[in-house]
Amino acid sequence: MKWMKYKWVYFLFSGLFIVVGIYSTVTLGFKIGVDFTGGAVISYQIKDQSKKEQIKTTLLEGKEKPRSVQETNNNLLVAKFAELTTEQRNEINTFLKEKNEGAFEEVKFETVGPSMGRELIIKTVIALVVSSSLILLWIAIQFKSVKFGVSAVLAMLHDTLILLGSASILGRFGMEVDYLFVTAMLTILSFSVHDTIVVYDRIREMGRGGDSESVADTAISGTMRRSINNSLTIIIMLVALVALGGESTKWFATILLIGTISGTYSSPFVAVPILVTWEKLLARHKK
Amino acid sequence: MKKLLLIIFLFLATVYISLPNEFKGYTKPQYKFKVPDLLFGLDISGGSRLVFEADTTKILEGGKKEALSGLKSVMERRVNLFGVSEPNVQLSNFAGRDRVVVELSGIKEMDKAISVIGTTAQLQFVEIVGEGETAEIKETDLTGADLSNASLVFDQNNGQPAVAIEFTSDGAKKFEDLTGRNVGKALPILLDGVPISSPNVSEKIIGGKAQITGSFTVEEAKNLVTELNAGALPIPVKLVEQEIVGPTLGAESINKSVVAGLVGVGGVFVFMLLMYRGLGLVANFGLLIFALITISLYKVFGIVLTLPGIAGFLLSVGMAVDSNILIFERFREEKGQRNIKDALEISFGKAWDSIRDANIATLVASFILANPLDLNFLNTSGPVRGFAITLALGVLISLFTGIVISRNLLRIFVKEKRV
Repeated sequence: MKWMKYKWVYFLFSGLFIVVGIYSTVTLGFKIGVDFTGGAVISYQIKDQSKKEQIKTTLLEGKEKPRSVQETNNNLLVAKFAELTTEQRNEINTFLKEKNEGAFEEVKFETVGPSMGRELIIKTVIALVVSSSLILLWIAIQFKSVKFGVSAVLAMLHDTLILLGSASILGRFGMEVDYLFVTAMLTILSFSVHDTIVVYDRIREMGRGGDSESVADTAISGTMRRSINNSLTIIIMLVALVALGGESTKWFATILLIGTISGTYSSPFVAVPILVTWEKLLARHKK
Repeated sequence: MKKLLLIIFLFLATVYISLPNEFKGYTKPQYKFKVPDLLFGLDISGGSRLVFEADTTKILEGGKKEALSGLKSVMERRVNLFGVSEPNVQLSNFAGRDRVVVELSGIKEMDKAISVIGTTAQLQFVEIVGEGETAEIKETDLTGADLSNASLVFDQNNGQPAVAIEFTSDGAKKFEDLTGRNVGKALPILLDGVPISSPNVSEKIIGGKAQITGSFTVEEAKNLVTELNAGALPIPVKLVEQEIVGPTLGAESINKSVVAGLVGVGGVFVFMLLMYRGLGLVANFGLLIFALITISLYKVFGIVLTLPGIAGFLLSVGMAVDSNILIFERFREEKGQRNIKDALEISFGKAWDSIRDANIATLVASFILANPLDLNFLNTSGPVRGFAITLALGVLISLFTGIVISRNLLRIFVKEKRV
């Protein structure tokens, strides 16, 4: 099949998603979790369903006003505050108990100083830059060409943009950008490179002779079944996690699911087209 | 045949290690060595994580490292006084801020723990110099560091809780001099700069024993005893982050994750069987051994499983399956061109290049994220690290099972059955 004949279609298709993602990021921004903003979160397990609304009202009446009180679908009330001291948290719980004894249980308390969030972001970005450079180097050495490395990293960047855009859109439905999102992103970046290398390997195997476009076509045809089957196994796993897993991993699995699809797509339809275009431009230049 | 025996042995050994030590009343037989249980992080099993920031502004640059390691060991001692199982106290540094991360599992009185662990407990004796209006307090060289022991007592006169202290021989000497100099005067005792007691010295005290009376409640006196016995923190600290997870939330999330994980893995097994028939069966067995080895190594190395850690594990499962799919797809292509045995060997050879390159790229990334060299500009603790460690371990094991175990099983399988 002549996959590369349509490479501009793939660029356009990816570009469309990236533009929507960037537009959403700029206009909607992210819903940023307490891991990054700093603040306090208390989660209550509701034991007496009939008192759920009352507990909510009590929380809002307290001296420390929560920024928001959210219900999740497994009987949790999640109240978010600006920073809280241990004493303030005890006051809130005592106040709640006075009015709703026995109807709830505090299951999680979390406070984060704002500086911690910044630290996590900075360190993770550094880690990403360092590991991307090393991966670029490794691919360049293994495939004896910087073009392979750069194209693979660009495909990885494509997946990063898709994930950031998705996070921004999913923020509308309650997803927060927290440390689990960061982990999901790292997972997908590893996966994306892994997947790209498999396609590259086919190109390498066929040797340098011949037209780069037809070599790429054969390589993609040869790896297509493997790519789809491999993604399907991961997707089966993730769908199970999204559908049956706990609240804390739901969004995490959703992001992984989007990332798996994007990571699989980006190998034959982003990394390889960039590589082919690059080689063609180079060839034209030499003439 | 030898290889098959080895695989069977590995299978049985890892099944044994992976089985829980106790399950629904049944206890696993133990031999000379005891297999440790799987460890779960506080996001799963419940517990708390406290991050203290140390105020090192008053410490000279040269003495900082020593002061911080002193801080860590005092905090460790205090944590141990709570009798926590598997406490974890770590130093971390970022952008010039020094921190101590304390992870505790299963403490009920969290608030008390926080106040005891984080209180500086700098005890100091001061003299009063001058009279009346011009009186000033003067620091002495007698501090909490000169104590050998502290204990809770009740004052014989009024029954109030008090703290009895005993000095080291050095401290006793200093105390003797100090009381000798100040007969008839007050000798205030400061805790973290705040006066807690100001007894009058009636005579020179020899023998190095004293009592601090103040308006303590029993609880306060007990805490003070704990803090004094563990030693003062050499550097004042401030709590900057805490996370407390109740055991109910943890139990719920782990139950759901286990169910979801089992359904997911079951789905993958069925998929592989449908796609690749006999080969899929071999791959599934390889995957089973992969999971068993992984769980065994988690237990043996004492790796703490957190939610991000489980994500790393799942990703490595995906990559293990991928190795098999790569080989099988090659096999499909090669099968038509030569005899089955050669086709198998050739597809292993060809698939290996891409398996190797792809997995090494993943290892590079996880190496940076796991930061085994404790480089300061990367994460030294926390969720990202847990993810990277299980991912790296998973990739290494999957290379082993993919190449050694599945390969040998397939050879046997192909010989017997002619796929």
